[in-house]
Amino acid sequence: MKSACWNCGAAMPGRFCPACKALQPPSSDYFEFFEIPRHLALDTDDLEKRFYALSRKLHPDLFSRKPAREQQYSLDASAVLNDAYRVLKEPVARAMYVLKQEGLDIGEQGTKEVPPELLEEVFELNMALEDEDAAPQVEEALYRFQAMRQEIDTALQIKFAAWDASHDAPSLGEVRALLNRRKYITNLIDKASHVPDRI
Amino acid sequence: MFQIEFDNQDKVVGIDLGTTNSLAAWLNLTKPEVIPGEDGDKLVPSVVSLTESGEVVVGNAARQELIDHPDRTIYSVKRLMGRGVEDVREELNLFPFRIAEGSEQVIRVVLGDKTFTPPEVSAMILRQLKKNAETALGGPVSKAVITVPAYFNDAQRQATRDAGRIAGLEVLRLVNEPTAAALAYGLDKRKEGVIAVYDLGGGTFDISILKLQDGIFEVLATNGDTHLGGDDIDNRLLQIALEDVRSEWGEDLSHIGEAVQTLRRDVIRAKEALSFVPAANIEFDWQGRHYKREITRELFEGLIKDIVDRTLGPCRDCMRDAGVTPEQIDEVVMVGGSTRIPMVRGAVEVLFRAKPHTELNPDEVVALGAAVQAGILSGAVENQLLLDVTPLSLGIEMYGGLVSKIIHRNSTIPASAGETFTTAVDGQTNVLIHVVQGERELAKDCRSLARFDLKGIAPMTAGFARIEVRFLIDANGILNVTARDARTGKEQSMDVKPSYGLTDEQVEAMIEASIDHAEEDYTAAQVAGARVDADTILGAVDKAKRDPAWLDLSDEERRGVTDAINRLQLVYHSNDYELIRKQIDVLNEVTHSLAENMMNSAVRGALKGTRV
Repeated sequence: MKSACWNCGAAMPGRFCPACKALQPPSSDYFEFFEIPRHLALDTDDLEKRFYALSRKLHPDLFSRKPAREQQYSLDASAVLNDAYRVLKEPVARAMYVLKQEGLDIGEQGTKEVPPELLEEVFELNMALEDEDAAPQVEEALYRFQAMRQEIDTALQIKFAAWDASHDAPSLGEVRALLNRRKYITNLIDKASHVPDRI
Repeated sequence: MFQIEFDNQDKVVGIDLGTTNSLAAWLNLTKPEVIPGEDGDKLVPSVVSLTESGEVVVGNAARQELIDHPDRTIYSVKRLMGRGVEDVREELNLFPFRIAEGSEQVIRVVLGDKTFTPPEVSAMILRQLKKNAETALGGPVSKAVITVPAYFNDAQRQATRDAGRIAGLEVLRLVNEPTAAALAYGLDKRKEGVIAVYDLGGGTFDISILKLQDGIFEVLATNGDTHLGGDDIDNRLLQIALEDVRSEWGEDLSHIGEAVQTLRRDVIRAKEALSFVPAANIEFDWQGRHYKREITRELFEGLIKDIVDRTLGPCRDCMRDAGVTPEQIDEVVMVGGSTRIPMVRGAVEVLFRAKPHTELNPDEVVALGAAVQAGILSGAVENQLLLDVTPLSLGIEMYGGLVSKIIHRNSTIPASAGETFTTAVDGQTNVLIHVVQGERELAKDCRSLARFDLKGIAPMTAGFARIEVRFLIDANGILNVTARDARTGKEQSMDVKPSYGLTDEQVEAMIEASIDHAEEDYTAAQVAGARVDADTILGAVDKAKRDPAWLDLSDEERRGVTDAINRLQLVYHSNDYELIRKQIDVLNEVTHSLAENMMNSAVRGALKGTRV
């Protein structure tokens, strides 16, 4: 808990101490850091503006003549800023971050098991990948997977809005299920698009 | 009174430590300017020679030594920075580096009867630039911004920073060369846009794509090849000439250092001429024999086409990573001497579908940008900010030799990642973490950075220990690692074994060894500073003597001033800066009333001109 400024002891210092202007240790929560509500759907243009504005306040270049401790906080804060921006600007990464915070981390699991409704598709893709003459089939499969991913992304938008309105566990569970499926399909897309060129 | 209030703040210089040439620049109020060397040349060739008496010679003077004493002279040392012997084995065929025995972790090159690490050789170049800057700016210089190729890995960056420290410079920031060039172009005058910087230097190639928004230079992606540049072109021409000579004279000169270096100089002349004329001759004189061969631009272009083509792949990858198409690129900036070659310009123009910027001297633009960055750090330049990226992914080796990427390439820096480690065996007290850099899936195919040994873990059941390790890439692109025991909250002790390069202790020892030099350097800087101040006051007094106030002085006062001027001029060329300072003070003292008179008459003059 940030209860007092490390430099002058003033209470509730925030990002910069209102009394002595010293930079305080950063919050490690990405939403808190950006001072935005914990939402799965967010305005990325606004996020970019905040990113630039915060960069202008926190970047280590602006602290090179400050005391060592403040330089360290600037480095820490800039790292959190950049890490947070990288995660929050991408809807999937952002949702994964929220899932992790809520203890619903997908991790490396969920991609090994084939979702039952995709069994046939996966079987066919594997057959086509092994067949030298099946390039058109691979391409077709790729097209289908991309369409599926598009569908998931549309569905995610709706689920995002639902969780943002309620912050309830079941709607986050649905987000998780969709992300799991999306991750699986993305792996298939990678697999299908990395076929070496055949002559 | 005629003395100008001297800025006590140390000046920060920007340094381009190049493969072929190095140079320093500073921010003169708001405009970056190159600082010339002792011989008036702006470029200091990155050549170092050690004379038989042990004196270090750097720059143009050393370039002559390259021909006269190739065994005591080294060039292109940048190619060896942060690398191991295995990395450079191939280059040893093309470059006359003499590597000492026992150079596993750090390469040691032989100069005469001594050996040096690449950071020490680079430090000699930096020390020369520091000296040049101190002479030109008239005061000690102890802080610098140094540029590195954007595609330099952690070890190469650390080696560059070590070189700075050994030279007695506090390296405030390492800046990527293409990014520095973008700053120098002052493209911020354009409010928004996407810029590509194509940087083909003597030994390295970089491509960076930046997004510009209200003074923020945000690098979107970078790519490159740290072993591709003008040197490779020189080697092509050199091979042809050596073969010609072999067949014409029936003699193989490729093992005679002196001959090869002379011929290298001659092919470089022809190469440079070919950027401006359709054909040029390689002319080489050796022991009374003469070799001459005409190289047409057509032949030349056929010879280097694959080298130019090798730059295009990284450019395409960079655009893909940045998520931009050629149409979205508004401006292209050219950096590095090799971009003078018309074929290179042509290829860039075709690829990016934009006419590249060549207004600034491609040899100077990086140093100028480094000076701007120095201004950003000192607060002299406001509203401009660089947001750079890490060129290579950072990963840790997992069980089975696979790499788990924890910070991806093209992430904006500073960037960080946290990982929690535990023990695999009951009672285990150490955990070893192997950190690598690169894009490959197996650790053995990536660049090993360092091994971190988390030690002194309290023995407990396997899997119970929780050591939180934080990997942070700072604004210099250098990795910092800290570890904490999550159970106790205490800092976790660890040993760091860098895979390449110098340990902190080694760098400290080298700094220690260079202190003697530092004292000499310091004195020279003080003398230079005192002379600059002497020039200022002598100039001001000279001007004052033409003012009517001069005649208002008594004869005695005038004699006093003239006397003080003579005394100052007498000590001006001595190397005793304290003496020069003392005479400046004397002159300042005796001109006190002269200055006051002038001021009064100026005020009177001003009042006269005022309508009441």
